[in-house]
Amino acid sequence: MIVETGAFALVLAFVLAALQAGIAVAGRLRRSPVLAGAASGAALASAAAVVVAFAALVWAFAVSDFSVANVAANSHTDKPMLYKVAAAWGSHEGSLLLWCLVLTGFGAALASARNLPFGLRTSAVAVQGLLGALFLAFAVFTSNPFARLDPAPFQGASLNPLLQDPALALHPPMLYAGYVGFSVCFSLAVAALVEGRANAAFWPAWGRWVRPWALASWIFLTLGIALGAFWAYYELGWGGWWFWDPVENASFLPWLAGAALLHSAIVTERRGALAGWSTFLALLAFTFSMLGAFLVRSGVLTSVHAFAVDPERGLMLLAILGVTAGAAFALFAWRAPQLKGGGLFAPISREGGLVLNNLFLTAAAATVLLGTLYPLILEAATGATISVGPPYFALTFVPLMAVALVVLPAGPFLAWKRGDLKGVGQRLAVAFGLALLLAVAGWFAFEPRKVLSALGLGLGAWLILGALAETAERVRLLRAPVSETLRRARGLPLAAWGMTLAHAGLGVFVLGAVVETGFRVEAARPLAVGESLQAGKWTVTLNDVRIAEGPNYLAEQGRLSVAVPGGAAREVTAERRFFPAGGQTTTEVGLDFRGLDDVYVVLGERGQTLAGQPGWSVRVWWNPWARLIFLGPAIMAIGGLLSLLDRRLRLGVGARRPGAA
Amino acid sequence: MSWMPRSPKARRRLWVILAVAPILALAVGLSLFAMRDSVTFFFTPSEATAEKAPAGRVVRLGGLVEAGSIARPAPGEVSFVVTDNAARTPVVYRGDLPDLFREGQGVVAQGAFLPDRSFRATQVLAKHDETYMPREVADRLKTQGEWRPTAGASGS
Repeated sequence: MIVETGAFALVLAFVLAALQAGIAVAGRLRRSPVLAGAASGAALASAAAVVVAFAALVWAFAVSDFSVANVAANSHTDKPMLYKVAAAWGSHEGSLLLWCLVLTGFGAALASARNLPFGLRTSAVAVQGLLGALFLAFAVFTSNPFARLDPAPFQGASLNPLLQDPALALHPPMLYAGYVGFSVCFSLAVAALVEGRANAAFWPAWGRWVRPWALASWIFLTLGIALGAFWAYYELGWGGWWFWDPVENASFLPWLAGAALLHSAIVTERRGALAGWSTFLALLAFTFSMLGAFLVRSGVLTSVHAFAVDPERGLMLLAILGVTAGAAFALFAWRAPQLKGGGLFAPISREGGLVLNNLFLTAAAATVLLGTLYPLILEAATGATISVGPPYFALTFVPLMAVALVVLPAGPFLAWKRGDLKGVGQRLAVAFGLALLLAVAGWFAFEPRKVLSALGLGLGAWLILGALAETAERVRLLRAPVSETLRRARGLPLAAWGMTLAHAGLGVFVLGAVVETGFRVEAARPLAVGESLQAGKWTVTLNDVRIAEGPNYLAEQGRLSVAVPGGAAREVTAERRFFPAGGQTTTEVGLDFRGLDDVYVVLGERGQTLAGQPGWSVRVWWNPWARLIFLGPAIMAIGGLLSLLDRRLRLGVGARRPGAA
Repeated sequence: MSWMPRSPKARRRLWVILAVAPILALAVGLSLFAMRDSVTFFFTPSEATAEKAPAGRVVRLGGLVEAGSIARPAPGEVSFVVTDNAARTPVVYRGDLPDLFREGQGVVAQGAFLPDRSFRATQVLAKHDETYMPREVADRLKTQGEWRPTAGASGS
């Protein structure tokens, strides 16, 4: 009965979303607040209906109702409860329902946003309703998660064991909140183009309205991608965290577009400039989200992370993508030339710096897009099947971003309209000198000596120090009495702290990525019990291997000690788990956290050692500073959150404080 | 700067072009340069002739792992045969196989052919999904009439 309620609620949500779009259009045309209010009500009701449907699906998974095809295909009675629930969004149908949940949820939030003017809100609600109706129709007619099985099987096929992991239980909701959050920016951009306000006062307000949505989506996406990378790092047992795989790129593209939008919306808000460009980015971010959904689900690109692939449904997604993005960009091409330019600014100015940021971010996104889609293009053109490997991205994306990051710390120092490059240079001289020193120190400290890695270290330090220097300048650290500094620090808007944290977090990530990539040490050898292996300065000894029983798996559990000269040995556990339900084996990495470093131990197959004794193949990575790779994005997300909180506060008060960036 | 256009609008446009051009040129240049060496071609055993995939060039080899072909000639080394049921290529790989590597399953190996037309893999890709078949493998098997959905149809 609960399952039928869910199925009904899903259809109801589709009807309500379609009504929402229709009524909102009528309300906008007739300028009727009553109709517009009804459309908002439909948006709330549609979201509520999807919540009911989603709850019903989670319930079906929680009680293992195998008469539901989706549950039978993805769950098992032996699974721990967390993974029974997480399996609800582990399949194509379930994850699509999650997508719809986020889409209608954001739609409801948009419909209840009080600060938007009538025309813009009603149009945006109409577009959001249309998006909701399209995706809900896709769910109802082609991917119904509530389809029944008759006869119901006695046991389910279980969730892919690689997905049975806490990080991956959280990763899809975060990622989808980010992906689909950009739908609101998309709707607001389409609405702004439809409303076609030519007056200069409209665009600063639009920038202010769109930015919190972009910021919130970007925060979710940052966390979602970081969680995914962390999962790949410790669950796959390949020693790496980013493989430039099509599926990873698909999530990275909207992130880049969103980051560009965050920055360009500041210019639009403060100066009314770049209106067309910000609108374009808002359309682009959600288009990239939909493109990602298509690439991931259709299986047109060979990915190592392919889940839930179905080419026919992929085609439907392509149709939705083509219709919505095509219409939106056509509207953009038609209306963009009429957009008012807004304030003028000198090339060396805060605006100029943000434009430069946008140029680099979009150029970087373009190279990633090209590398991701090139196999498709070439196959369509010549029939040859190719793949584009990580070296391509290392040669294109990395240098572009490196140049962008070198100029980044100067941006926040520039004044609006007309900046003073010499003054900026003077105020950043200390940070630059220190970063240079650290680069030299890094060159000596790490073996083997690598010039590029040393420069990368300097770059990371430069980002962190540059961001801190900006805050120090604002509070007049060491130049004014302490009481004055404290007073100024209290007076700094949250958004300023947010920017400092976000930029410093990026620096932290760069440090981690540079050191881990440049200096990781890998060693592998078959070991008998009692034998040991050397990875850099670490000695890893296989103490014993025993059979352990988990809730739904059997494991070969290896206990290994990790020792360093002059330090205490620590024990880590690395497992190979066998899941009888699906007949699969997974690897549980043993991780020894040593300060910022990881010692990463993988227990391989049982075999023979070189001396012919029975043993296990053991693979060890020493990943220096790997902790920073995942800490950096977390700091960036906290920075984003501070900035978001500031804006909400300010929007509530309705006053614009000078000095908030 | 007398060579600058007078109108502030035109001047700003010029600045934008001056800023965009080098970044765009850098992006395009880097992409073209990187594309030359980072592109890996994909073959099935029957396609991987000596002309198309000369010894030493890095390519991807895809097909099914032949039943009963997995052997361990030396500790830490594994050999198996990749087949598309028209031709078979012996593969040697040093390292741990992915968790989902199994006989009869679709596989993609990256590496290079040796002069004796055996394949030395540096990387073996298997998917997270046990029913997943790499698309290239599925397509080729379909065109060669060897497609058996039960052996590895696209997943759930």
